[in-house]
Amino acid sequence: MTTGDLYLPAAEALFNDLKAQMAPAIAFDAKLVGVFSGGAWLADRLAAELDGEHEVGYIDVSFYRDDLSTSGLKSNVRSTQIPFSVQGAHIVIVDDVLFTGRSIRAAVNTLFDYGRPASVQLAVLVDRGGRELPIAADYVGAPLIVSRDLMLALSKDDAGKFALTTEPWMQR
Amino acid sequence: MLSKKNLQLNENGDLRHLLAIEGLPKRIIERILDTAESFVGVNEREVKVVPLLRGKSIFNIFFENSTRTRTTFEIAAKRLSADVVNLDVARSSTNKGETILDTIANLTAMHADMFVVRHAESGAPYLIAQHAAPHVHVVNAGDGRHEHPTQGLLDVFTIRKYKKDFTRLTVAIVGDVLHSRVARSQIHALTTLGVPEVRVIGPRTLLPADIERLGVRVFTSLEEGLKGVDVVTMLRLQNERMTGALLPSASEYFSRYGLTPQKLALAKPDAIVLHPGPMNRGVEIDSAVADGKQAVILPQVTYGIAVRMAVMAILSGSTR
Repeated sequence: MTTGDLYLPAAEALFNDLKAQMAPAIAFDAKLVGVFSGGAWLADRLAAELDGEHEVGYIDVSFYRDDLSTSGLKSNVRSTQIPFSVQGAHIVIVDDVLFTGRSIRAAVNTLFDYGRPASVQLAVLVDRGGRELPIAADYVGAPLIVSRDLMLALSKDDAGKFALTTEPWMQR
Repeated sequence: MLSKKNLQLNENGDLRHLLAIEGLPKRIIERILDTAESFVGVNEREVKVVPLLRGKSIFNIFFENSTRTRTTFEIAAKRLSADVVNLDVARSSTNKGETILDTIANLTAMHADMFVVRHAESGAPYLIAQHAAPHVHVVNAGDGRHEHPTQGLLDVFTIRKYKKDFTRLTVAIVGDVLHSRVARSQIHALTTLGVPEVRVIGPRTLLPADIERLGVRVFTSLEEGLKGVDVVTMLRLQNERMTGALLPSASEYFSRYGLTPQKLALAKPDAIVLHPGPMNRGVEIDSAVADGKQAVILPQVTYGIAVRMAVMAILSGSTR
């Protein structure tokens, strides 16, 4: 793990802020759909800790990305799992880091191949700016400025505790 | 000239063409199987299409007829949103004297991104891959007696679905191994994935003389060979490839090598039965087995689509 000279906020505190914003705002039965991998962990934790009945699904956006010919297919594609009916549901897409917006576009497109939701919102732990598409989050743990040269992602230790880490972008 | 192995992989070691299982590293085979797992989920949805290969043109070029394999490649490509063109070359230009490479050059001029090739001559897909434009990918859909790599991959994918761990399995391949590109691909896939014992069972006239070199055990008695196996792959008796008098008759073949419930009982109780299709009921397999609980022949067909989607997606994402 390389953090460089960057000060990264405590992910657990951001998680609590995010949860506090969502608690009064989301529907009692809103479904939480996490984007692999960081978003999936967050969706699980949110579903467990928020009041209400929040079913959880997971999306791997690999088959909906727009950069196959430049970046290739990533080597560890996970299976998208939407174990509830999307039709007419209130859905909150959950991701760790909002950056260009391309993953979220892909996640929304994935979702619509399962049905027509009543509404779709977006919750992210960190918004690092740099948007390339007209996408904004409804719930944000915190905005954060990070060099474009670094990849920012969520990690989880064996005890389930979250942390933010940065590293140089990898090919694939 | 490039070696066969190098031709399939690019400088980064990624899959660029799929021509044979022989020489493919284990990590590539496992990556294809893992990716196929995610495509199984796509195929079970109401909307069975993902936009991954939008705008790509895939040409199915079948110099030798095959309805099923061509159809499954076509479905796989369409579920990836690619545009598919089927060329029944067996009945067209080559009959007018055009060479394979001229056919390929013409199709490349039509902006093809991928060729799925079946040919009666072993090695034809290599020839095409060697001369293909840098951005074009080639998939071998069966070449002569050589290999049928996507069939081998869907066989091991099906085996993994039912048996999980390859390193504890005994697998028997029964029948006309001599003419079978399916057998060759499956043997290479199984040994690469660490299956400790692969058996081939058949009359000596239908087993290649040097088959032991592939690391398999040879049995000429079906009863002996089936004892204790976890997986049985029945091969089709390829009447159309039989030129000499290799066999007395189909009925005598069935009595010695046909898989009946009684013979299958010699395998492990939870053994599964595979067949690449099309089946000759009453020649290599009894209907009671083909339609029985241990047969996974139709799941093979279903998984074959996911495996071919995975191959096409991985190839399309790789560069030269």
